[in-house]
Amino acid sequence: MTESATINVPVAQGNEDKYKLKMGPQHPATHGVLRVDLELDGETITDCDPKVGYLHRGFEKLAEHRTYAQNLVLTDRLDYMAAMANNVGYCEAVEKLLDIQVSNRARFLRVMVCEMARLASHLLWLATHALDIGAMTVFLYAFRERETLMEIFAELCGSRLTNTYTCLGGVRQDVTHEIMRKLDNFINEFPACIEEYETLIDTNRIWLKRTIGVAPVSAEMGLDLCLTGASLRGSGVDYDIRKHVPYAAYDQIDFEVPLGETGDTYARYRCRMEEMRQSNYILRQCIEKMPPGAIVGEDAPDLVMPTTPRKKVTADTSARQGLIKLIEDRDVYMEGDIYVATEVPKGELGFYFISDCKGKPYRMHIRSPSFIHIGALETLGKGVMVADLIAIIGTLDVVLGECDR
Amino acid sequence: MESILIAEDLRNNFPNAIFETQIHRGQFSSIVAPEPIVEMCRFLKEDYKMNHLNCLTGVDNLSRKGKHFERFEVIYQLYSIEYRVGLRLKAQIKDSEDPSIDSITSLWTGADWLERETFDLLGITFNEHPNLKRILTPEDWEGHPLQKTYKLKGNTEWNGFTKLKEKVKQLKQFDFYSAQEGTHSND
Repeated sequence: MTESATINVPVAQGNEDKYKLKMGPQHPATHGVLRVDLELDGETITDCDPKVGYLHRGFEKLAEHRTYAQNLVLTDRLDYMAAMANNVGYCEAVEKLLDIQVSNRARFLRVMVCEMARLASHLLWLATHALDIGAMTVFLYAFRERETLMEIFAELCGSRLTNTYTCLGGVRQDVTHEIMRKLDNFINEFPACIEEYETLIDTNRIWLKRTIGVAPVSAEMGLDLCLTGASLRGSGVDYDIRKHVPYAAYDQIDFEVPLGETGDTYARYRCRMEEMRQSNYILRQCIEKMPPGAIVGEDAPDLVMPTTPRKKVTADTSARQGLIKLIEDRDVYMEGDIYVATEVPKGELGFYFISDCKGKPYRMHIRSPSFIHIGALETLGKGVMVADLIAIIGTLDVVLGECDR
Repeated sequence: MESILIAEDLRNNFPNAIFETQIHRGQFSSIVAPEPIVEMCRFLKEDYKMNHLNCLTGVDNLSRKGKHFERFEVIYQLYSIEYRVGLRLKAQIKDSEDPSIDSITSLWTGADWLERETFDLLGITFNEHPNLKRILTPEDWEGHPLQKTYKLKGNTEWNGFTKLKEKVKQLKQFDFYSAQEGTHSND
């Protein structure tokens, strides 16, 4: 060891009675690589400046250089808690852009996996949110049910986290009787599980004290901050894209949109718990109403992935040929732009596409709910205590993979 | 209430600023001039209750052909939760060297980060924005990645990364782990 070497440690300059604290990016309660630069007066936050971009992978730039079929795998890496929902959102958008029809069975399968992803995401949200603010017991209970869902995902498409289950025009794999049986068992047991979480949390004094009245968001404020999903519905705004612009088979399914009144952390928690009950109800209908038929639409372009890995067909050539064939066969006029939004567990996930009659998108923009929700942290975090900031990050339900893209 | 009626009313109120109204797959979009964008958004927000800003982004129209397209374009996708209709405004910015447009943060606070993102990735300046800084890329990043002239693969490493590697080299001389050799031998 050399004795003589020294390091210059820069000393932060600031207001004398204010204290600067950099929370993150390795802080466990920031749910990923979020850094929040805080200016503190005692324990009260006087200035809150979230810093994102640690996970920026340039998906929007990358998408301009890859075909529509190839870009699908990028969407898995957005919100990795609910990759299925992103897959569905992406495919719905591209199908609307290229005017591809989806078979009815595939629509129902999509609704099914979307709701399973919603349950998986909400369970993880509940587990970590409760853990963050002092209700520790529920963590393992929630992960127990999430594990069942992950196993069903693995059986359905071979992977637990990055699914890539849908394809343009339908889905990749059909469900087996075994999967349906497992799912049926799950949805029969799940309502009791939700009640179990509620007994664990709703009678916990710490939980109630740390959620009721914390970070209230009025309806006007929620709209002003462009919040979506349960974060907005907790304030009583009836905005659910599944009802407003139905996609997949949501128009054939009966469900309610739970709304909160007070708009505080507790109201958003209640909203998500009720959403889980509704998801369970939707899953039951999916099993009952599942129509027979093909899983890929008749006019879907030949964009399936090569089955045998050694076959010398790269996804690039097959995808491009499939699209060229689609254009030639059906003489589709494809130039134009489109914005299609879907309701993912975190909020409104929108895809804005511009097509210029080529196999690749001219521009793909991802409107990610987490990005906008973290932006709202700047407003919501001012004037609260440091401990409440953790509750706010949890209640907004952000995931940094989606925020940074 | 339909999107086409709203688009027509918008044209009546801003006769010189609307170039064209398009429809593609059932979605209406108006190609507009950038100058009165704040007034247009305020008009839609107040008169047609388009209170939800779905999406704000930019496009580089360098290799895209169209009658009214200029080099840069800013997209505003608005939605009325009450009437359940949406409308897209596409503001065309002529100046390819120093593109700028007025900020709509006075109407939606949530537009703040969306505009910062557009500035960061496309280099479009938003006038009167409270805090226009880079957001996804580091502050000393060169270029704007989503411009069509920006290459997908670069030749050099980011300046900050080079600095970091130097720092690592500098810190290595301290030999932090020698005292804990036993715990790190299995790594």
